[in-house]
Order: sequence, then structure tokens, then C-alpha cells
Amino acid sequence: MKAFAELLDRLAYTPSRNDKLRLLADYFAATPDPDRGYALAALTDGLFFRLPFRRIMAEMLEARVDPVLFNFSRDYVGDTAETIALLWPTQGEEAPPRLAEVVEAVKAAAPADVPGLLAGWLDRLDATGRWALLKLLTGGLRVGVSARLGKTALAQWSGRPLADIEEVWHALQPPYEALFSWLAGEGPQPETGAAPVFRPLMLSHQIEGRELADITPSEFVAEWKWDGIRVQASHQGSEKRLFSRTGDDISGAFPDVVEALPEGVVLDGELLVMREGAVAPFNDLQQRLNRKKVTGAMLESHPAHLRLYDMLFEGDEDLRSLPFTTRRARLEDWHAAHAPSRMDVSEIISFSSISELEALWGSARETGIEGLMLKRKGSPYLAGRPRGHWYKWKRAPLMIDAVLMYAQRGSGKRSSYYSDYTFGAWRDGENGEPELVPVGKSYFGFTDEELKKLDAFVRNHTVDSFGPVRQVEPKLVFEVAFDSVHRSTRHKSGVAMRFPRIHRIRWDKPAQEADRLETVKGMVVD
Amino acid sequence: MRPDKFDSWLKVDSKGLYCRPGRFHVDPHGAVGRAVITHGHSDHARPGHDAVLATNETLAVMETRLGELAPRRPQAAAYGEPVTIDDVTVTLFPAGHVLGSAQVLLEWKGARVVVSGDYKRSADPTCAAFELVPCDLFVTEATFALPVFQHGDASAEVAKLLKSVGQFPERAHVVGAYGLGKTQRVIALLRAAGYERPIYLHGALQACCNLYESFGVKLGPLEPATGAKREDLRGVIVLAPPSAIADRWSRRFPDPVTSFASGWMRVRARARQQGVELPLVISDHADWRELTETIEHSGAEEVWVTHGREDALLHHIERTGRRGRALALIGREDEDQ
Repeated sequence: MKAFAELLDRLAYTPSRNDKLRLLADYFAATPDPDRGYALAALTDGLFFRLPFRRIMAEMLEARVDPVLFNFSRDYVGDTAETIALLWPTQGEEAPPRLAEVVEAVKAAAPADVPGLLAGWLDRLDATGRWALLKLLTGGLRVGVSARLGKTALAQWSGRPLADIEEVWHALQPPYEALFSWLAGEGPQPETGAAPVFRPLMLSHQIEGRELADITPSEFVAEWKWDGIRVQASHQGSEKRLFSRTGDDISGAFPDVVEALPEGVVLDGELLVMREGAVAPFNDLQQRLNRKKVTGAMLESHPAHLRLYDMLFEGDEDLRSLPFTTRRARLEDWHAAHAPSRMDVSEIISFSSISELEALWGSARETGIEGLMLKRKGSPYLAGRPRGHWYKWKRAPLMIDAVLMYAQRGSGKRSSYYSDYTFGAWRDGENGEPELVPVGKSYFGFTDEELKKLDAFVRNHTVDSFGPVRQVEPKLVFEVAFDSVHRSTRHKSGVAMRFPRIHRIRWDKPAQEADRLETVKGMVVD
Repeated sequence: MRPDKFDSWLKVDSKGLYCRPGRFHVDPHGAVGRAVITHGHSDHARPGHDAVLATNETLAVMETRLGELAPRRPQAAAYGEPVTIDDVTVTLFPAGHVLGSAQVLLEWKGARVVVSGDYKRSADPTCAAFELVPCDLFVTEATFALPVFQHGDASAEVAKLLKSVGQFPERAHVVGAYGLGKTQRVIALLRAAGYERPIYLHGALQACCNLYESFGVKLGPLEPATGAKREDLRGVIVLAPPSAIADRWSRRFPDPVTSFASGWMRVRARARQQGVELPLVISDHADWRELTETIEHSGAEEVWVTHGREDALLHHIERTGRRGRALALIGREDEDQ
């Protein structure tokens, strides 16, 4: 538990991805089984304890801590679990428990025995250990480690390709002893058996206008790039799974699509929310993401749909080495034969010249289209982002001129710079005077040289500061690019931008000539 | 308990805590004619006083930091040596806070009052250890007066720093530390952990380190951080004032790990707010247990709380059957920076 607590503590404060990878790899190298496997499971969202820990903790505290002092402390610290971890008296007489001891004991314990176990462990741990224990048991680690990052750290530590780890991942269970034994070079590659496992996706390269000239139309097919999330749907050995692009199991959030999946197939497609045959805005899909469970009302109001791009397996047959056109024909035949609900096959767009494609692209204004995909007819299905096979041609971004309002310090390498910018558009204030209202926030799109100039601008034009945030004189205009803009009740402006970035810094442009909020609202698609 | 027992000779006026029969202030926040100063931190040792009684070390700190505005008539007192000021006997005792820090025992007409200044009970090789002084009225600080503050072993925090230096040898570790006390304590802890390489200093920390060395506290090899080549700063430990660690000054270092040695680092929101990547919980102040135990062992029937989180400490004082009062002295910063 001590090493795990130290790891969590470091991860929680470490902003850089590479530094996180190093901390994880060092931990996997230095920690024995089964502790490291349980740590991996906890970090990658693979451990759940279905016990009412919040209630248990409240009861334990009542007997031990003065409620007035607890409330003063809770107000100061701002987080209940952290408050408990900090004010629990440190005893330090017995050695702290091992992570595996904790996980296995909680899994085996009767609910009535848990408070006693928990109190015993809290007594044996230091403040960091107690914090880690409570975070572990309540399932809220929040240290910025995704399943993908965990697997990447395994790859970095062991030297095995990430794709190999992803292939076996979903067939394995905590504490992953077979996985660690294989990665340490002490055992064979784990058998995946019949269970559905994630097969790494084939990804595309972005293509710009000029490079299109290098495309030979007869060697490619085109498809719309739909604005949802790429997924892999798998139904093998009587089990069904929906995986995200990074291999996270998102089946729980999309039972409607999972339910509809016929047996014996691995499919690649775009997950969308669709109503009456039309693709709903990405915002609607967002409502259903990041949930472990979904309500009946949500299933009704936000029905999910899978638009199929490719087929990887049919029965036991691995189709990935076949050319795209062959796989595509197999996909169409399979779809016709099974006619699964909530699934259709993505349309193939025929074209004979790039100019024809450009014209078609220019006229496409249907919601839900994010761009165009160009796929080489002969390409096998290859893991990762191989060169020369698939290209994506994204729609030109939307653009507004907005005024810098607030700047916040960055993290990690950027912690000495004001690098996160909130910008606004003009509207008429209550007194009739124009006022700025924030429309978005971005921390990228500019070069390191520009960042230095922006940082100096912020420091020289600060009018007020709140902790790490500075309010600046409304003087500097950003040309902000974004993919789309949606209505939002959570923002004062009533709009939320998708993927905003600083396209250009308009040092020359007077702030009063920046865009108005009405202009931004006019770009809302839903 | 007799009400007003102490009010007849101690009061808070616009300059701070004032002793009537001795006609002096203790740690006044503005210039006065006569003062007793507990220690050299700038919110206790203000510029412009005329006569000042303090330890030799504290007077040296004031001389170094205040220059022309140092006390015009300094008077040094050794720990445990009684000094009479008018009708009051004043004796300084070690407070364990920083070099030269003292608690002030005031005796008048048979009553004993101890003004703690800032203090800590945990071990610190760079200053004399806290001495418990029995008294009737204890005037205490309350910087960390919440039960969530239980400062652990400072050497474990330094071990964490050294482990990180081993894990990220290509980066410089820039540790924020207050110039008087914290800096020297961190250095001493590093030396005690066997770290013998040069430690790099921000220019603002040099004078206090020289002062400590002149009083016999050995700090080992120290180098100025400014002017060193960027490439030579890979893998080194740099100490800097907290205001410099995540600001323009720190950009001279290769991919710096921002660290901060402070009791506040125990609270995550506080560490995150300051952009700290490696928080080190090292405090110069008493934690909750030290505060409450010191109050109990002092035998005081009445406790006044000068500054900090006084609500929680007053609740505890009253719950344990003592009389408590918040002085809410102005001019005290959120200490342990």
C-alpha cells in the first residue's frame, strides 16, 4: 500500500504524460505481484467495490471526531475523503497493509465487517496511505491515468508493442499475473481464448488540400467521416463488448447497441445518436458517454446507433489481412443477411476525380458529417496509424475573432507562463454599453515564441488577479478556430465551443472590432 | 477563573500586544519605542523600532534584513537569562521555530504569561529545541490549528525529494522555501540524508545561509543558481523563495520539477493551486497535536490565540475547560510560506 500510495500521490501532481509513464513504469518494475496487478486494475478503472463507503465513513467518524472540528476541517480542505485521511490520528505502530491484502479482504468481507477492517487499515497507514486507501475504495482515483496510459506504461516498461498488450488485455482479470509474467519475459503470451478482446484500430492520417493531388482516384474509395466516436463492437464466445478507440470497455453506457449485436463478429464503426434516420449533434452523444450505467429515459431520448465501416472477424475467420474492398463486400453481405437493428453500413461515395470529390464535399451540409475519409482499396486492416493507406480530410474549421479576457497559469513545463486563455465576444450590457462575455477557453494553437509574447502581454496588462488567474485589459484579439458550437445552459454566454484553438493572434486588430455573441450563436448547428 | 486578571496589564492596541507595566510591545507590527521580538520573520520583526530586546541571533537577522531600519538600541538576552524592564521580568526561552526564535516569559506581581511567538516541537538541527515553560496565561499562535494538520517526519519528505531526483535525473528540482529557517532546515535535512553535492541557491537566500553558518550551523557546499549554465543544472537541487519557483526566474532551469517545502502542502488543493508538482510537507510551526499538547502541559488556565485558524483552537480550548480569547492580531501573514 505504501508504494501504491506514493505512486498515486506523485501521479496526482504530475501533469506531464511522459513523466506519468516513467512513474508507472518504475512502479511496475519495483513492485511484486499481485500488488502491481491490483494497482494497474485500480488505475485503469477495473476494480469496483459495491459497498456504501461514504456512509461507513460517516458512521466511523461520528464515534471518533468532534463534529465541530470535523466541519472546520472539511471546509478548509474541501474534500471529505481527504479530510478523513488527514485528521485520522497516525499510530504508526503496525506495518501498513499490502495493497493486495486490502483488495482481497474487501472482496471477501461481509458488509458488516468492512467498517472494522477499514478502521484497522487507517490506523496502520500514514496520511498519504489513508488518502490512497479511501480513494481506492470509493472508486475515485482521478490521477489522470487512462486505461490507455496504463497499457502504454506496460509497453514502455516491458519493451512489448502496445498493440500486443491491447490484444490480450480484455481477456485478462486483475491482478493480471499472467500478463506481468509474460511482460517480464518469464512466461508465455496469455491465451485470449474465446472471450471478446480489443483489436487495435486502424487510424488515418490528416490530409491537406495540396496533398490531395497525390491521390490516384482509381485506387481509393471515399466515405463520410461521421461525427461520433470510433468504436469496435465485438460478439465472440457468447460475450458482447463495445470498445472505444483506445480500448476502454464502454458497453455499460450503450446497452442498446450491445443488445443488438449478432453473434460471431468484430465490427468497426462510428457510434452516433440518431433520431428518425438523422444523426444528432455530437453534444447528444456526449450526454451518454462517461457513464457506467444509463437510465431508461436516456435510452429513449438519446438512442444510440452504429454506422459500420469495416469488419475484422466473421466467426473465427480473421479478415484483417484481406484488402479493404473484400472486407467491405463481406460486411455488406453480413449486414444484409443479419439485418441487425441499430446498425447500418456507411455509404461509399464514388468519384472519378478529386475535383468531383471537392465539389461533393463543398455541398455536403448535413449534420453529423465531420469530414471525408479516403481509403485505399487494397489496404489490409493494420493496427495503429500506418502510412499511405487511410486519409481523413476534415471540414475547414469555423472561425471568430474573440478578445482575451482572462489568463491562467499552465501546468508542468508551462507553470511559469500564463498559457490558458479565456476569450469573449461582445454583447450589449444591461446599461446599453458593450460588454464581453466569455465564449471559450484554449491553451494551444500558438508557438513557444508566441507564448512568451502572450505571457508578457498578460503580465503587462493585468487589471486584477484571483489566485492563479489574471484578468487582463480587453485589448488583444485572437482568431479562434473551432469545430462546432453548441447551446449550453452551463455557460453564461449560452454557447459552448467544441475543440477551440488559437488560430492566429491579431496583435494588429482593435478589440472593439472583434465578433459579437450573436455571430457565434448564428453558428450553432442544433 | 478570575475575569480581567490579565487585562489589567496586557492589552492589544493599534500596534499589537502591549505590556503596560513594562511599557513595551511584543512583536508589534508598526515601529515602537520599546519592543521584545520573538524571532526574525518579517511579520514579527518589523523595521523602525528604537529599543529592542531579543536573542543575539534574532538581532543579527534584523540587522541583516533591515539595514538602516534595524533597531537603534538593540539589547541581547540569552535563553533563560532574566531581564528586568521597569516592573516586569522578561525571560526568553527557545521556541524551536527558527534560529534564535524565543518564547517570551513575562512575570509581574506573581503572574506568569508566556507569549509563544511561532513555535514547533519537532526536531530541527538548525535551532535550539522548544522548552516548555509553565504559565498562567499562554499566548499561542494557531497557524496550523486544525486537526488535519499532523506534520509527519520531515526526513521522509526529504527522502521523497531525493527519490524524485533519482527518477528524473535530467531535470532540475526547484524547491520553494522561506529564506529564514526553512531553507536551512531543508539543507540540513538533505545533508543528514547523505546528500553531499552542491545545493544551488536563489540570490535572495544567500544572506540568511551565511548568517546561519556564522552561528555554527554547517550547511555544506552551496552555489549560486543564477549564472550557472543550463546544462550544468540537470539533476541538481535548487532552493528559491516561494514566489520564484513557478515564475519567470525558474525558466533558466532544464525542465524544472516545481517543489515546495511548507506545512500547507499537506492540503492538496493548496498545492495544486500553486502549481506544485512535488509538495514537501515540512513545517516550521506546531501542528494540531503539538498545539493542543503544549496548551495542556503549560498548565495555563487561560489561552489567547494570536493568529491563524483560531476558531478551531478556541473550540478545543473551551471544550477542555479553559478560558480562551482570539486576539486577531493584524499584520500576520499566512505563515510558513
